[in-house]
Amino acid sequence: MPDRSDVMYLYDGSLEGLLCCVFESFRRRELPFCVQSADAPQLSLCPVRAIETDLSHAARVRRGLRRTASDGAWELFELGYYTCHPQRELLALDFVHLAMRHGPAVLSMLADDTVAALTKATRQLCHEAHQYQGFVRFSDSGGVLTAVIEPKNFVLPLLAPHFCDRYQNDTFAIYDKTHGMLLAYARGQHAILPVEGFDAPAADEEELRWRALWKSFYNAIAIDERYNPTCRRSLMQKRYWRHLTELDPQVPTRRASIEERLRAGERVAVPDRLRGYSPEQLRQALAGDPLRALYEPKGEKDEPQ
Amino acid sequence: MDLFDKLTILADSAKYDVACTSSGSDRRGARGRLGNTVGCGICHTFAADGRCVSLLKVLLSNACVYQCAYCVNRAGNDVPRATFTPRELCELTMQFYRRNYIEGLFLSSAVLRDPDYTCERMIETLRLLREEYGFHGYVHAKAIPGADPALTLRLGQLADRMSVNIELPSEQSLTRLAPQKTKASILRPMGLIRDRAEEARQELALYRHAPRFAPAGQSTQMIVGATGETDYKILTLTAALYRKFRLRRVFYSAYVPVADSPLLPAPAGFKPPLLREHRLYQADWLLRFYGFSAEELLDEAHPNFNPVLDPKCNWAVNHMELFPVEVNTAPREMLLRVPGIGVKSADRILIARRTGKLDFAALKKIGVVLKRAQYFLLCNGKMAEGLRISSDGVLRALVSERCQEMLPEAQPEQLSLFPERVTREDVLQCLTGQM
Repeated sequence: MPDRSDVMYLYDGSLEGLLCCVFESFRRRELPFCVQSADAPQLSLCPVRAIETDLSHAARVRRGLRRTASDGAWELFELGYYTCHPQRELLALDFVHLAMRHGPAVLSMLADDTVAALTKATRQLCHEAHQYQGFVRFSDSGGVLTAVIEPKNFVLPLLAPHFCDRYQNDTFAIYDKTHGMLLAYARGQHAILPVEGFDAPAADEEELRWRALWKSFYNAIAIDERYNPTCRRSLMQKRYWRHLTELDPQVPTRRASIEERLRAGERVAVPDRLRGYSPEQLRQALAGDPLRALYEPKGEKDEPQ
Repeated sequence: MDLFDKLTILADSAKYDVACTSSGSDRRGARGRLGNTVGCGICHTFAADGRCVSLLKVLLSNACVYQCAYCVNRAGNDVPRATFTPRELCELTMQFYRRNYIEGLFLSSAVLRDPDYTCERMIETLRLLREEYGFHGYVHAKAIPGADPALTLRLGQLADRMSVNIELPSEQSLTRLAPQKTKASILRPMGLIRDRAEEARQELALYRHAPRFAPAGQSTQMIVGATGETDYKILTLTAALYRKFRLRRVFYSAYVPVADSPLLPAPAGFKPPLLREHRLYQADWLLRFYGFSAEELLDEAHPNFNPVLDPKCNWAVNHMELFPVEVNTAPREMLLRVPGIGVKSADRILIARRTGKLDFAALKKIGVVLKRAQYFLLCNGKMAEGLRISSDGVLRALVSERCQEMLPEAQPEQLSLFPERVTREDVLQCLTGQM
């Protein structure tokens, strides 16, 4: 791998553009200090090299990566480009250098800093995409389904196959507010397009009724005696709540949630911190010093004869 | 009674049923039909109790003729009763599914009149949903014990997953608390479903268009804490169910006092054994994915789980003669037994060590929980740098976050330059076994 230079690459923000950065880096035998999209704010004093996007160069890099290092390596590169890692471009570029040197084995170099960081970032991307398969909430307006999401990573390319298969007889649009992109699907065709803004159509009476029904069901399905807000928050972080129908305070409901009832001063049978064990049982469990085997030399452990 | 009331009443009645998974079935969408299924399952939201909501979980009806003492819907209980018409339920499912609220329908029912009649109503609903409404998503159907085998089989053709609740972990408890149910009447449909699913798999190997039968297999659940069975008894029963009936999942549900019966723990002051349920699930995972057997985790002398330590950790500290293991050479089975290494990190270790020796820094990058694993691992023959083992430190490292607050307060200690009670040499000898 060449030494790190102090030059910064500027590209147009597209996947092809990033591939051209890789091309340029190999051609000049240099590793840039950072790679940035041209529309990102620039705060650097180091020399800048603007990289032209040339589709034939992009195709060459893509072909080379697949041939030398396997389809899996290409997939990791592409997913890396979709992540929200602050240095995703540089990671992806460094990864190609590693991949060209080590071949398919690069995918098993999980202890390498670049590969570890890239796989970790893509793992988070895939996890977020998987969560959004469940957390997208459509509204029906005149037969068209629309939804707004606010993901950290760029998940639309990963969501597209799932929703296009699931709602293949419908027409739908998912707006990614973070990235200003829209996934649109109709009659077997889908596209991911940049859009200026997106106004969700106003909900009609029928739509409002289904929302209220869903929220009532959601509140009814929780069991008071098992109330566990920490668990809910860790499985469904609060950043998702903004676009979830069932947690939208605007939606009316026939059944108050546990929090609302607690706030109203109602007696709700929520669990205590010992979660079903008595203090006595816990004291007994600790009294035997269950971990003694770890810090006491062997042999002194009194075994039943 | 409007749809709002029916939905909340019948969700209330169904919520004590645990299973809400949508996994095990992978089916692509189809033209003219709504939906598909995804092998790993999708959680659509999480309720305030932290449980995943993946399916529209309701009863078709909660007007039960049975008198099971532990059940909220038993005939003598004073709760509002409601029954969905098949069309109402189909409409709800379709509209919720279209908005991506749910992954499918979980259909169960109280026993209306008799098991056969109940089962027929369920079949009618599912038939309507599948054929007329064109629903192609996930369906979990409860088999009704005591129904005609032909009806149970028909239900399995319409559903992705079937389940028969075993309800209580022993026959004595069942006779005492659910007089109308017997062990035989529960195990019969279970065996029936297993055999038919096996046949269907073989037919599918021969004919591509052979009808599917419950492609996501079957599951069951039992109530924990309403009766006196030990964890050991429950775990051996679980292992037997996995072995004999090839179940996909066994669910446990901590008993929540919903009934006032002299046969049950008194509702006042009774705490649902949530942590015990959690330990059972942990052990269940160890059985299914980590190669443990029930007898390794518990035995007659120790019939219950340790409340403060998880079952894997508990096993490890009682088998220190097998540790520490060398990360770079240990087989997968042994890596899986190290606390702090899970299935994914074990597999990553196997992949990563193809290209080089691993040290503790590498393990951290791979995703091993070193806080726990460091006591049980060697990298290239060395222990973790600067590992200090004291009783309190170990306890805090190995006890899960959630149980930390149950521990007694840590006593502040004076820093000391002189050796503590246990020296590093002692520990090294202990961990490397050079006594």
